[in-house]
Formats: sequence, structure tokens, C-alpha cells
Amino acid sequence: MLNDHLEADLKELREAFNSGKTKETSWRISQLNGLLRILEDRENDISMALKQDLGKHHVEAYRDEIGTVVKTVNNALVNLKQWMAAKKTRLPIAAFPSTASLVPEPLGVVLIISSWNFPIGLSLEPLIGALAAGNAVVLKPSELAPACSSLLAETIRDYLDNSAVKVIEGGSDKGERLLQYKFDKIFFTGSTRVGKVVMSSAAQHLTPVTLELGGKCPAVVGSFSSSRENNMAVKRIVWGKFGLCAGQACIAVDYILTEKKNLSNLVESLKRYIKQCYGDDPNGSHSISKIVNKKHFSRLKSLLDEPMVKSSVVYGGSLDEESLFIEPTILVDPPIHATIMTEEIFGPLLPVITLESIEDSINFIRARPNPLALYAFTENESLQKRLVSETSSGSIMFNDTILQYAVDTLPFGGVGGSGFGRYHGKYSFDNFSHEKVVMMRGFLVDFWFRYPPWTAQKLQLLKAGLRYDYLGVLLIALGLKSKA
Amino acid sequence: MIKFYRRYPSITHRQHRSFSDLSSNSRFHLPIDIDYTMASEEQAKNSTAPATFDAEAADCLMKELRSTFLDGKTKSYEWRSSQLKSLLKMLEDSDKQICDALFSDLSKPEMEAYIHEIAMIKSSCKLALKKLKDWMKPEKTKTNLGTFPSSAEIVPEPLGVVLIISAWNYPLLLSVDPVIGAIAAGNAVVLKPSELAPAMSSLLAKLLGKYLDSSAIKVVEGAVPETSALLEQKWDKIFYTGNGRVARVVMAAAANNLTPVVLELGGKSPVLVDSNIDLTVTARRILSGKWGCNNGQACVAPDYIITTKQYAPVLIDSLKHNLVKFFGEDPMNSPDLSRVGHSRHFARLKKLLDDDKISGKIIHGGQTDKSNLKIAPTIVLDAPEDSLIMSEEIFGPLLPIVTVEKIEDGIEFINSRPKPLAAYLFTNTKQLKEEFVSNISAGGVVINDVTLHLMVDTLPFGGVGESGTGAYHGKFSFDAFSHKKAVLYRGFFGDAPARYPPYTPGKLRLLKALLDGSLFGIIRALFGFS
Repeated sequence: MLNDHLEADLKELREAFNSGKTKETSWRISQLNGLLRILEDRENDISMALKQDLGKHHVEAYRDEIGTVVKTVNNALVNLKQWMAAKKTRLPIAAFPSTASLVPEPLGVVLIISSWNFPIGLSLEPLIGALAAGNAVVLKPSELAPACSSLLAETIRDYLDNSAVKVIEGGSDKGERLLQYKFDKIFFTGSTRVGKVVMSSAAQHLTPVTLELGGKCPAVVGSFSSSRENNMAVKRIVWGKFGLCAGQACIAVDYILTEKKNLSNLVESLKRYIKQCYGDDPNGSHSISKIVNKKHFSRLKSLLDEPMVKSSVVYGGSLDEESLFIEPTILVDPPIHATIMTEEIFGPLLPVITLESIEDSINFIRARPNPLALYAFTENESLQKRLVSETSSGSIMFNDTILQYAVDTLPFGGVGGSGFGRYHGKYSFDNFSHEKVVMMRGFLVDFWFRYPPWTAQKLQLLKAGLRYDYLGVLLIALGLKSKA
Repeated sequence: MIKFYRRYPSITHRQHRSFSDLSSNSRFHLPIDIDYTMASEEQAKNSTAPATFDAEAADCLMKELRSTFLDGKTKSYEWRSSQLKSLLKMLEDSDKQICDALFSDLSKPEMEAYIHEIAMIKSSCKLALKKLKDWMKPEKTKTNLGTFPSSAEIVPEPLGVVLIISAWNYPLLLSVDPVIGAIAAGNAVVLKPSELAPAMSSLLAKLLGKYLDSSAIKVVEGAVPETSALLEQKWDKIFYTGNGRVARVVMAAAANNLTPVVLELGGKSPVLVDSNIDLTVTARRILSGKWGCNNGQACVAPDYIITTKQYAPVLIDSLKHNLVKFFGEDPMNSPDLSRVGHSRHFARLKKLLDDDKISGKIIHGGQTDKSNLKIAPTIVLDAPEDSLIMSEEIFGPLLPIVTVEKIEDGIEFINSRPKPLAAYLFTNTKQLKEEFVSNISAGGVVINDVTLHLMVDTLPFGGVGESGTGAYHGKFSFDAFSHKKAVLYRGFFGDAPARYPPYTPGKLRLLKALLDGSLFGIIRALFGFS
């Protein structure tokens, strides 16, 4: 019974796409405007849903999920016509007289599977790209953020074109069923484990995929000459760790690498700023998100329960299962092979690993899977250069955290274990488009030496022609030269 | 060599793993029922493929290449440029050997060998050498007001150790062209040439081994077992040229390691022919694209023609007339036509011809010669839609012509089928051109010619849907094997307290203004208005 509904929905989407309406500029603009209206009219509902699912404060909700998406929609609206325009391409002289251009076209019916930690943002950001590119869309939000999932279903149904944009809610069984059908693209945000399943399923239909995964994003922390800069660095790290969904973010700072001699100052500063942001009773502060569910809570708790890990805690460490709260926690030098240092933490636990010298951080990072983001706080230009050229990550940011997410001109995506494909800004549009080559010729000029039967003379002509040796071509054609 | 082709059950397309049952170590199976047999025992004896390349050998190979890559040598401009220079020298020194290998594998005429393979690959190599510095340069980008003050750039970096699996029909071009891109982008590379072109496969192993840095660039010859062993390794990218069935297996294997892929596949590339054209030029261009390109065995060869019932006889006449001009009265013995690649392929094409559904519809050609692997240029008129020749990619010297009432119906006909790698239109009517371009989705579209877009290195070459994913040629090859890393530099000058808890309504106002990017809004918020 459920099957029929799903099949009928997908059939309707395919028909809507085939009718050509989603390709019209006016349709794309109307959908983007619809999204803007959702974000304006329903800002409070969105905020409340985020509070309910994740305990996010209204400001955090606005900053990370509503405000950034509004910025993205506006950027798309302003640039849409330019993105949609065919790009003329330069052709070499040998191809004269022809013209060529690259024409972006939508892929068709695309599937977006989003994640629970930024359930609105990570659903709408790719959706904007898919709609701007002219596709019909199925959005499958995460069932682990149920209030947001059902709010998305309701608002998208009410504000957007329901025949071409649908939200399909459900758990992993629904996800599995969806993956059996053929889509023209699948955009997945989530864990490595599920990413593999998505790509394997996509392989049956040769569906291209973008996988936005995660990893352990390190923050290399050096020391600065002024205490103002040192303090700012720490503030930004604290924010980049605990300030976004309590560390449950793909680009959150996962762990810190610093020199032994810097350790005590760093830890003192971290403690000071955590207190400043969250007060003496962080659970009561309402300024930090909760852990999404009991399963993740238990997972994080068990990270701390491993031998030698608990004893490395120097700040925080308190947990409250009922309110799914974990206090911002700092650990110093937990064992390198403990799970907290081998798997992505995705929570408010911050290990600080000490090294003899800051340059050792490069080998430390290289020995591990490529992260989605790498952060480095240093004014040492040679270290900066080495980090850029000797490590690989989705992105790398100096002297701050997280912000690369908000820059529309920078591609956002992973490499290696952190995924592949990219989006944001025009990259979102490109992600959901096929860049079709269109080459135009006339009938006027037709070189006889293109065609068989092949002769030695034709071969010489072609060899000369391909070297742009037009004089040679002329001489050979006139019989005045025999070898190119 | 036969004993090394172990039987693997072929996969069905419905097989999939559930979310809960993810055994990432499960073997995938390469279908045995497609072209994986040797062309002949003779060629098999001449192949220099090693006795076994198994999982252990693949492990060792990967260890060595990974270590080379991590040492950093392939990243330097000097290394990349020296490899490309050696590659160019290799091509320049080996013209004759290459032509001989292509003739041995495919009976490819020297002209085709030169124009479609040797000249193109040399040009690709020269372009990479010329542009390498430019391609390697970071690209500065703007940042928005929200992150002021900051500066940003996009830095290309190699992916690591990449695998290139190539095809048999253009065995030099389709092997070396992606290798050029991979080297230019700074990767370590394994090339697995097609065993169905054994002379070229062993020539490539010999030449690349001699001219290039074998600690970073390797050729692994072989068939199903060797390819399977390779696919079990964790690559940083897999570039596959071939057919849709094997592509599914390659992508499923890649999924185990989250390896991104480029799949250069094929499809039925249609040619829509209007009556408002220069007939002779049209006929010659279609013929050269079909029979002048490896005798139809090319991924972008015109697969079938669509024209109006009324115009068909005129077109057919011109095609027949020009066929004789190109290949003479006895095309089976023309030196200007490649032969069918190998016996398995011959059998498949014969099956298309023997299909009951097209009996009586062969209006030209149809002769076959099994011992020499030759099939005459053949035209079939109005084959039914469910005939074999109209349901699968032909990849051979058979040309179906489908007739429609009016020319616009051709667009609907094309759209009802999987997206092809290329789509062609011959017309002088502007409106038809516009309709074709906006309604037909294909890897590439050419108006009034065929296949030329491949030869232009400023155009990305790749498919969409069933015809593939990703693109290459020119800079697009460099990009295909690179990761474009975003690098953002921030200063400590500006720091909005609005970012940090404890959160207040005032902070919210300021944030809204910042995200809006409006300077005026920011000023207002700073002064407490909004």
C-alpha cells in the first residue's frame, strides 16, 4: 500500500519534469521565492521545531539554519539568469568555421537525503541548488529530527509546487525503498556508513552522487604574539566546537593539536571562555544544543568510559541522560588509539593532543583520513604554506572556524573519506546540472581530405592541418610539397 | 591464458544491500557474458601479461604507489612536466609501433590511427605541458561582507593514487588521454588497458615502463581476475571507459571505498536529418562519422538516423553513392575500413543482423566474413522499435534508418530513450536547431556535423544519465583528477560578538544584518535599531 503512494509520487515528479515546466526561468524563480516566504513567514515555527528536536537557541537556529539559507536563496535569485546562460567557448583555429557553447541543463528528478543535525539548513541548501538548476526534487529529511521533518513536509507542500517538489518522510526503511528507484542524481549528507550504501544503490542505475560526509576536523593551535589574538583564537575555537549543535556538526572542531609548552595557557583560556559563553550552569543556560537522541548520547558516554580517557578529562564531563545534555568537556592527551581519537566525535567533547613542536601536526594529520575541514591558528606563514601544500582536506581555514560554510564563492565538500562533490553558491547550481556541449557547423566549408579513400597525400594534408601549418596545407594541396 | 578466466556469476541489477546489512568486504562480480575473451589464441600467446596479478599483487602495488605519492614527488611541477615531456617523446618515437599495434588489434587504417589516435594524443600532451603552470595556480576568489576581513582562494591538489581502466576501440587514445590528466594533476597512476586490444596493451606496458617513472605510473595488463583484484583496492579516483554493465560493477566496487568515479560510457547516438540541408556534405559527414571511425565502433559514432518518410529515399541514395566513393564497390576488401574488433563482438553484431524482426529490411550491405571479422557497411530501413538493433548500442557498421511523419517527431523519438553520449542534427532551419538543443539531453550535441566535439580540447567530453558521469579533455582532464581545496584566511580585526553565546535579541538583530550583507543594516543594528 505504501508502495503505491511512493510510486505514484515519483511518477508525478517524472511527468512534471518531462512537461518542461521546471526548466522555465519563471518556475525556478517562483520556487525560490516560495522558499524565501517559508523562511520569513514561518521563522518562529522553524525555530521552535529546532528547539524541540535539538534544543537549539533561537539565535543559533537563526544564525545557522534560517539566516544562512535566506542569504543563499537571495544569492541564487540575483545570479540565476547568469548561471542559466549558455557559455560561449573559444575554439581552436583548426575547428573554424564552427561555434561552440556549454549549455547547462537540469538532470531530471533528483533525490536529496539530509541529515538531523542541521535539519533545515542541510535540506534547504541543496534544495535551492536543485530548484535553481531546474530539476524536480524529492527531499528525504532525517527522521531523527521529526519536528523539523514534518514542518518541512508541511511548508514545502503549502508554499512550493507540489507536483514537482515533494518531501518524503520516513526512516531507513523508507530510505532503502527510495534508493531502489532511478534518480538522475542523489545528494546525500550524513555518515560514511550510510554514504556507502547510498552509493552502492546508486551504482545499479549509474546515478551520479554527491556525498557530504564528515571526519575528524583538527584545529592546529599555535600561539600569537598578542594576548588579544590568543584570546580571540580561543573564543573562535570554543564557538567552533560547542557553539554549533553542541559539536554535532560535520565541520565542528573535532580535536586540537598544540605544542606541549602552550598547553596550560590554552586549557585555562578554553575553560574561561566556556564559562563566559555558557555560565556556571550550562544545562540551564539554553545556549547549548542537546544531544539528538539516546543512541548518540550513549555513544558519546561510552567514548568517555574507555580506559584512560576518563582520567584525561580536565574540565566538564557531566552528563544528564534525561535532558540529553553533555557538558562542554575538555580532555588532555587521551590515548591515541581510544575511540575518541579514531572516530568522529560529533559531540561536545574536546580532546587536546600535545606535540613537541607545532610542525609535527602535519604528520599527525597526514596519518589520518582526509577531514572535511582543517583549522589552523597561527601567524607563521611558512607553517600556513606547509599545511596548505602538505595536507589534504575539503577546506582549510586559518585563524577562525566554520565560516567557510557561509562563503558562497567557495566550494563546500569533502575529499577522500570526507566525501566528494561540492556545493554552495554556483557550485550548487552546477552540482544539479549537466553542462551540455553544443557545437554548430555550417555546410559552406568542407575539407575533402577528411574523407576516405585514404591516400598518402590526404595523410600529409591532415598532418599539416593539425599542426596549423596552413602554408604546408596549401603547398601539399597544390602538389608542390609531398611530405608534411 | 584461458585458465586464468575464472567464471564469475554475473550480477543482476536488482541486487542491492540493505542499510542494516553492509558487508563492505563482499566481492562484486564482473559479468562474464560480455566481451572478456581474447580475440584469438595467437594473440593470447603474444601477450606479455604476467602469469598472475592477484589480490596480494594488487596490495603490493598499492603500497608502493601510495608510498611514492606520500613522499610528495608527484606533486612537484618539475616531476609532472618531466613525465609529460617523456610521454610526448614516447609518442614521437613510437609512431610506427603504434600504427602496427592498431593494425594488428583492429585493422585500423593508418589515416585513422594517425588522425584519431596519435595526433589527438600528442596534441593533448602538448596542451598539458603548455598550460600546466596555469592549471596548477590557485584561483583567488571574493568573499562576502559576512566574513570581512578575509581572503580566499581555491587550491587544486592531486587526489592521490588513481586507477584508469580503458577500452579496446581507441586503445591508445582512451588509455593515454586520461593518464595525461592524472599526471598533470600530480597523481600516481595505474593504467589497466583493455585485453581485447592485446597488441596495444602490451605495447603500452612496454613503452610506459620504459619512458615514465615506474615508481609512480604503472600498467597492469589482464582481464577479469586482474581487474577484480585492482577494484578491491582503495583508489582515490577511478576513471572508467567502456559499457554500462561493467560501469555498474566498477561503481559498486568504488562505493565500498567511497571512491569518486568518472564513467565514460556510450549509448545510441541519434542523427536527425532534415530535408533542408546540403545533401552531399551531410551524407559524407555521416559516413565518415560512422564508418570512418573505427567502422562504427566508437562511443560517439552515429548509431542510427531519423528522417522523414518523404526524404528517406533521397538520403539513402546519397549515402549509398558516397559509400561507394569512400570504400569502393567491394568494401569488404577496402583497406580504409577497420575490421570488427574481436570475435565475441562479431558474434553480437551478427546476432543483430540475424534478428527475425529486421528480415527483409536490410537495404544495403549485410555481408559478413567470420574468419576475417569483417561486416560490410549495412543500412537497415525502418527496423521495429523492439528489434535488437534498435534496443542496444550497435557499436559497429550497421546503420538503421528510422522514418517519421514529420521531422519534429524525431525529437520525441530521441527523448523517449536513454540519454546518449552524443546527438546530431542536420538542418538549416533555425527553429529546429533551437528545439533540438533545448529539448534533447545528451553528453554533447553537434549541429551539421558529427563527432567533431571530441577533437576540441576546450570542450568537456562526457556523458549524462546512461551515457556516463564526469567529463575530461584539456583542462577538464586536470580538474577530473584534482581536488579543489577551499582556503580561507581570516584576520583578527573584526569579530562580531553576535556570534557567541550568551545569546541576546540585540545580537540577533546584528546577525540578521550581517547575513543580509547590508552595510546599512549593520550600522542600524549596531546602533540598536531594526
